[in-house]
Amino acid sequence: MSETPRKVMITVRKAPHGSIYVHEAIEVMFIVASYGMELSVVFMDDGVMALKSGQNTSKLGIKGFMASIGALVDFEVEKVYVDRQSLLDRNMSEADLVSIGEDEDTEEPIRPRVLDSREIAEMMADQHSIMSF
Amino acid sequence: MLHMVNKSPFSNCALESCLRFVGDGDVLLLIEDGVYAATAGTVKSDLVESALRNKLAVYALQADVEARGLDKMIEGVQLASYDDFVALLEVHNCHSWL
Repeated sequence: MSETPRKVMITVRKAPHGSIYVHEAIEVMFIVASYGMELSVVFMDDGVMALKSGQNTSKLGIKGFMASIGALVDFEVEKVYVDRQSLLDRNMSEADLVSIGEDEDTEEPIRPRVLDSREIAEMMADQHSIMSF
Repeated sequence: MLHMVNKSPFSNCALESCLRFVGDGDVLLLIEDGVYAATAGTVKSDLVESALRNKLAVYALQADVEARGLDKMIEGVQLASYDDFVALLEVHNCHSWL
């Protein structure tokens, strides 16, 4: 029996470390991807700060999730997008973002794709379900 | 798409973000503290007012409106009963802006 995979979107809209939301969102990304659903992930609002490079949580006494973010592509979470307006609002740009994996052949870092509201809106309209974190 | 917002616009940007991503034929349903956004004459009224001008259908859950004693509603916001709520969920995919 072949069915079209369910289109699932996860939105991350909370800042990292102050709450458990981003951590939970990443766990759910891995779960959804492992079930072979068509997953896209959008970081927006304060969620974009979860992708900021140079985060170091060692003095908070927590492991943080930067290792997980750096391995998203390895776990087949490949469609990772960032809302451009949310970056601009926080004086951030593409250059501030961490990589989410490496290209298998070239070993070039893979970065999340920055999109305009309109492109994200079109993607949202196309989902079976959207989970908000 | 049915967009649901349950946070006050005075303390949270969920409604503002939601409104940046609504598309044609979408519906906004304000519930819980989200219904404060349907109050006329506030510093945040323009969010819902301009959404209405852009032809977005805006509902506020009546139970939550009454629970908060809101009596200065923005004209054009429709009150939704629990039955209306269910009917909206039957015809739209739902995006909850928690």
